[in-house]
Amino acid sequence: MRRSPRLGVWLPPLAPSIVLLGLFVAGPILWCFYAAFTNSALSGIAARRPKFVGLDNFTTAFTSPDVASSLWLTVVFVVLSAVVGQNGLGILLAVFLQHRGKLLRGIVGTVVVAAWVLPEVVAAFAIYAFLNAQGTLNEVLGWFGLSQNWLYTAPMLAVVLANIWRGTAFSMLVYQAALSEVPSDLVEAAQVDGAGPVRRFWHVVLPVIRRTVVTNLMLITLQTLGVFGLIYVLTAGGPDNKTRTLPLLMYEQAFKFGQIGYGTAIALVLLVLGAVFSLVYIRSLKAEV
Amino acid sequence: MRARTIAAGLAVAALTLPLAACGGGDSASGDAKTIKIVYRNYSDFPQMDTFMKAVKKEFEAANPGITAQLTPVSSLDSDYLAKVQLMQRSPSTAPDVLFEDSFNVNADAAAGYLLPIDDYLAKWPDWNSQFIPTTKQAGKAVDGKTYAVPMGTDSRGLWFNKDIFAKAGLPTDWQPKTWNDVLDAARKIKQTQPDVEPMYMPLGKPAAEAMSMQSLEMLLYGTPTKDLFDEKAGKWVAPSKGFEDALGYVRTVMNEHLAQTAAQAEDTQWAQTQMPLLMSQGKIGFMMDGGWYARYWEPGGVAPWPEWSKTLGTTTFPTQNGQAPGKVTLSGGWTLAVGASTGNADASVKFIQTALNKENSASIDVACSWLPVREDVKADPRLAEKDPTEPFWSSLVSFTRYRPTLPEYPQVSNAMDVAGDSVVNGGDPAKAAQQWAQDVAKAVGSDKVKTG
Repeated sequence: MRRSPRLGVWLPPLAPSIVLLGLFVAGPILWCFYAAFTNSALSGIAARRPKFVGLDNFTTAFTSPDVASSLWLTVVFVVLSAVVGQNGLGILLAVFLQHRGKLLRGIVGTVVVAAWVLPEVVAAFAIYAFLNAQGTLNEVLGWFGLSQNWLYTAPMLAVVLANIWRGTAFSMLVYQAALSEVPSDLVEAAQVDGAGPVRRFWHVVLPVIRRTVVTNLMLITLQTLGVFGLIYVLTAGGPDNKTRTLPLLMYEQAFKFGQIGYGTAIALVLLVLGAVFSLVYIRSLKAEV
Repeated sequence: MRARTIAAGLAVAALTLPLAACGGGDSASGDAKTIKIVYRNYSDFPQMDTFMKAVKKEFEAANPGITAQLTPVSSLDSDYLAKVQLMQRSPSTAPDVLFEDSFNVNADAAAGYLLPIDDYLAKWPDWNSQFIPTTKQAGKAVDGKTYAVPMGTDSRGLWFNKDIFAKAGLPTDWQPKTWNDVLDAARKIKQTQPDVEPMYMPLGKPAAEAMSMQSLEMLLYGTPTKDLFDEKAGKWVAPSKGFEDALGYVRTVMNEHLAQTAAQAEDTQWAQTQMPLLMSQGKIGFMMDGGWYARYWEPGGVAPWPEWSKTLGTTTFPTQNGQAPGKVTLSGGWTLAVGASTGNADASVKFIQTALNKENSASIDVACSWLPVREDVKADPRLAEKDPTEPFWSSLVSFTRYRPTLPEYPQVSNAMDVAGDSVVNGGDPAKAAQQWAQDVAKAVGSDKVKTG
């Protein structure tokens, strides 16, 4: 059995990062746990002297139809925009661009990455300009008599598309890197055996990059769970709360209605949701090793 | 597996929690040589920035060695409040001087964010001789102390386009007597001019406090219920028939497409950017809004419109069935307050005194089309010169109502937004009113509500 090195040896060099982690990661989480059990508020008397309210915030959250609907919307948003959209489109683009001309790769790459490097709010305003009633999309659709206010008639579709547009570059880059690592003799051998492109991808390439798929899914899921600015600028959670995902509900409760204690309780629900997704991914990796 | 789960958990936390992480450090407040002034600056509201820059110059010249650090917050009204309250939570980010909507003074005073300034004001001759007593209430909290100085006040009523009214066969000296008169006018405009949106009133979640105060409370105060808060009983009036009727009015307006569409109401940018423009293009018959609207059409405003004062008429908003006093208006207004954690209260108060001396007070009221809160500014000819409707809006102040000045008001108002928003999107007024009453009881305590 290997002896672990003494505390005095590994602790000093790690100390600064442990302190930073404690301060900026563990600190807010612990504060969140604490605040979720109080009636802490943004203003009014409860801002000065928050009271301990036990599990009140959680009972309210778990019996609230708002939380239930937001939880559902969050799952829909994550599955459609991250798991299916960003991940699927990212892998398609990566496969499609593999072995293509430099020019095409350059053009597609630039277009896709441009959306990704824009700051969230700028990207959101850009897509607002594209989707709103007087926007570019409607100008074009208007020629065919199909124009409509996407942000109102199909708000969830609009925010899902916006998030796909914005985030696909990340998945594409991850998969491009992964695909370049797939041994070419493996693929060629399958080709010699008569496997078509779909079968080659499914039975040869995919198993090789499986770990990348899971890692990518985990990262984009967690990123998408926290998406706030994009939805806030586009619809502010409306109309009629049809796009109010958990981060928006939390913002509304904590900062619009001033109920910080309740808002942090919702943040913890979001945390649990993230953990559930992560567990599913990790299990899926384990099951097939 | 276990290590990975923990790692995943940490990753989740790291990615999702910064959103929730607020509140904070108790570091020392700013140094005494610099005072931080926080106000709203956005494309729809450039006047405040110009004003503050001028005041800073004057203040620094008169107080050598002290710097007034201007900290404009770029946001719409609805986000400004949350942002400022977050800044106030920590002394290191808290403002010394704060531009604050009067409806929030009480809640912020209760939270300990603001400094009582009665002692300073007592020594300020202007405060004692010039500020109009009723307007001083704007900065006074339930504890009897004054926390803020009013910059201007306002009143609400109807702006209507005389050209559109003439085409619809409606009188150009319009004076609706009941809610139905208002709705009928809208219906006539709709019939005669299909490309014109008959009316506008602040609606939808993005309108926030504007929907609850300017639309719902204007309606509610004109019903037999009259009140949102019963001063005598010391109780909030919820549920009430009046509130349900107010929501019913909104339902009628939406059902018959007499006002902006639900999609426009829910658009986060529409009301601030598109609405003043549509009005100036003669695409809206009349609107229920405030007297300050003139600033949007003036040179440098969102939608400059030189002919506005010829084209637009003004009139009061009626009570539900024409019952006494026949008309309704509400007033609010913005104030300047001092932050509780200021490192230099003297300088902060001096800044406010400079900002709201006779000359500056007049200039901001003129620039923003606000109604003056000082006697000596009232007489300033520039007010009516720049905005010929100013005497009309001023005349409403004699029968105006103010929002309940209680720390719970912002929460009650938010609950109103939720109810209003649901009706805008097709919800049933009776159900929304019921839900509202429940939300109010939850916010203020069920022993502090009564039925009306």
